[in-house]
Amino acid sequence: MNDTRCLAFLLMDAPFEQARTATAFRLIDATLRAGIGARVFAYEGAVSLSVTRQKPHANAIHGRTLEEEAHPTPHAWINALADLAREQGVPFDWVNCGLCVDERGADETVPAARRGSPADFWKMAQESINTLVIPTR
Amino acid sequence: MYAGQYAMGATVTRYLLIESRDPFGSTNFARCCELAAVLRADGADVALFLVENAVLGARTASRPQALEKLAKNGVQVLADEFALRERGIGSGEIAPTVRPVGLEMLIGLLADGARPTWN
Repeated sequence: MNDTRCLAFLLMDAPFEQARTATAFRLIDATLRAGIGARVFAYEGAVSLSVTRQKPHANAIHGRTLEEEAHPTPHAWINALADLAREQGVPFDWVNCGLCVDERGADETVPAARRGSPADFWKMAQESINTLVIPTR
Repeated sequence: MYAGQYAMGATVTRYLLIESRDPFGSTNFARCCELAAVLRADGADVALFLVENAVLGARTASRPQALEKLAKNGVQVLADEFALRERGIGSGEIAPTVRPVGLEMLIGLLADGARPTWN
């Protein structure tokens, strides 16, 4: 990582079922747009955010096609954040806790995500100007 | 010298309390306000940032009295404007002591070194 300022985030929630995931992605997006790098450690359920097997679907009940439904998939959001970081010229690092990946079978992930351990989170926190932990309930 | 104590040359500690839970579903919102009050009384700079359902407490019609008291004592009470819009809370319904802002304000507080907590 270069000398650009970075914020570290720790996420714990699996996608869907609660609002924290969307808020977290909004915060990371705002960080990058502010010209600050973002280091994200995905812990426990959050390792499922980067799984490539997520697929959007149509909505036959409401008569919407796949495109019209535009169902969100968090792995696409991670890719978008990585693209944004490149455009902004700031660092972006997404690390999944390896043991959390193993126990959930969440090992097919987007290229922007890499496998690591809680030691990576400690390193992220050390190298960032501040750290925000968004705990699960 | 302890956290929050101010003296010549000392730095005032800044806290960013992020509250996501609505004030009606649990007592956590009230506990967070109590924490903000204690930190402020200790001399710290404190910002209470309401996100998600916590913004329900920012309405003039239903706000907890704690928010007014906090603002009077110098706590910055902020609310995510996106969350307010998402819940159909118009500008006329927001308590005057609560300031609607974007999340970039929260990022700015983090970047300035405020110590964050998330409830």
